Amino acid sequence: MVLVLFCVTLISSAAVAYVNSLTITSINKAKEAKQADAIRQVIPGAFNNDPVADSWKVETDGGVLEFFPAKQDGETVGTAVKTYTKNGFGGEVWLMVGFNPDGSISNYSVLEHKETPGLGSKMDQWFTKEGKGSIIGKKPGTAGLKVRKDGGDVDAITAATISSRAFLDAVNRASAALAGNADVYSGATPKSSTRDTLTEEKPVACDSLCNHHCNQ
Amino acid sequence: MSNLSNLTRGLFKENPTFVLLLGMCPTLGVTTSAINGMGMGLATAFVLVMSNIVISLVANNIPDKIRIPSFIVIIAAFVTIVDMSMAAYLPSLHESLGLFIPLIVVNCIVLGRAEAFASKNGALASVLDGLGMGLGFTMSLTILGGIRELLGSGKVFNLPVFNENYGMLVFVLAPGAFLALGYLIAFINRIRRTN
Repeated sequence: MVLVLFCVTLISSAAVAYVNSLTITSINKAKEAKQADAIRQVIPGAFNNDPVADSWKVETDGGVLEFFPAKQDGETVGTAVKTYTKNGFGGEVWLMVGFNPDGSISNYSVLEHKETPGLGSKMDQWFTKEGKGSIIGKKPGTAGLKVRKDGGDVDAITAATISSRAFLDAVNRASAALAGNADVYSGATPKSSTRDTLTEEKPVACDSLCNHHCNQ
Repeated sequence: MSNLSNLTRGLFKENPTFVLLLGMCPTLGVTTSAINGMGMGLATAFVLVMSNIVISLVANNIPDKIRIPSFIVIIAAFVTIVDMSMAAYLPSLHESLGLFIPLIVVNCIVLGRAEAFASKNGALASVLDGLGMGLGFTMSLTILGGIRELLGSGKVFNLPVFNENYGMLVFVLAPGAFLALGYLIAFINRIRRTN
């Protein structure tokens, strides 16, 4: 009896392991392609570096933000930030938000969400340039964007204020961290020190920090 | 029992969703759109066919006491294989079905058919049974998903049918799943009775 059960589990796990070895590269490739697509989508102009290779991470309260700088001949043309919020109606929401060098939002892309279909799930269109609550070109700065109900100037998705707030929370988190105020915004004590990514005034400090936070 | 009846039984007479009322969790959970229902149904059908084959072949060698655990391990292996293959080759569908793919393992239909049919019948009959049940499940999930998508957001398979501003949100949300399923079952029962 024990032997039979052992054989069943052994053969099953061998089959799973084999399929895993077959699919792992495709799975990773699909994930990377999705991330690369998202970066290209949120950065407006052309760039000729590899944002993934140049990326770095910043830890905030309970999560990690990833920064992907896009450079044309060494000059930053924008930064894509992989950001998140835990305040979504259905849990976490992950976004890729693109920022122009002046800190305004160039575009965004929703990477992952579990918001209600037909309500919160509209966030992938709603806040775009063509959408009804466009955030493109707005500068969240450190104050952050807010929906109208909270005294801000962004139109929330109809009947999905919670998802809209969560969306803006993720955008604001990215913006604040990018401006070097991750601590201020999150109220936590991230392990990284602040840095100015947009103007690159401190190249030396930047490089050491980059290496420190880079996952490569 | 003819092979044909093994195959067609699951489609209508013993349709897993509308008649046997098995696998209600994914039925209610994923049918927010026709394509989701179809993807879920096909994934379940694949697992059903594969697990039915294997279980019908090995059932005689498995002692009664460890029958259920062995079946669950075999089903779980196939579910994991489907999950990984979908993530690799159909990433967007995998994303929209999300959590429900791993949950196929606890879908009553799969274990139910393994217990009630595959463990007592030969491989060919089990394949046909799994195929029929799987396609029946796919069909009912696609119909349910299509109805909910049409009423909820005015589209079918993402193609707009009604005006863009149309939408009865309740059908996209959980209560709509129960409503649509209830009316569909009533409808199917009505047809079955008149036959």
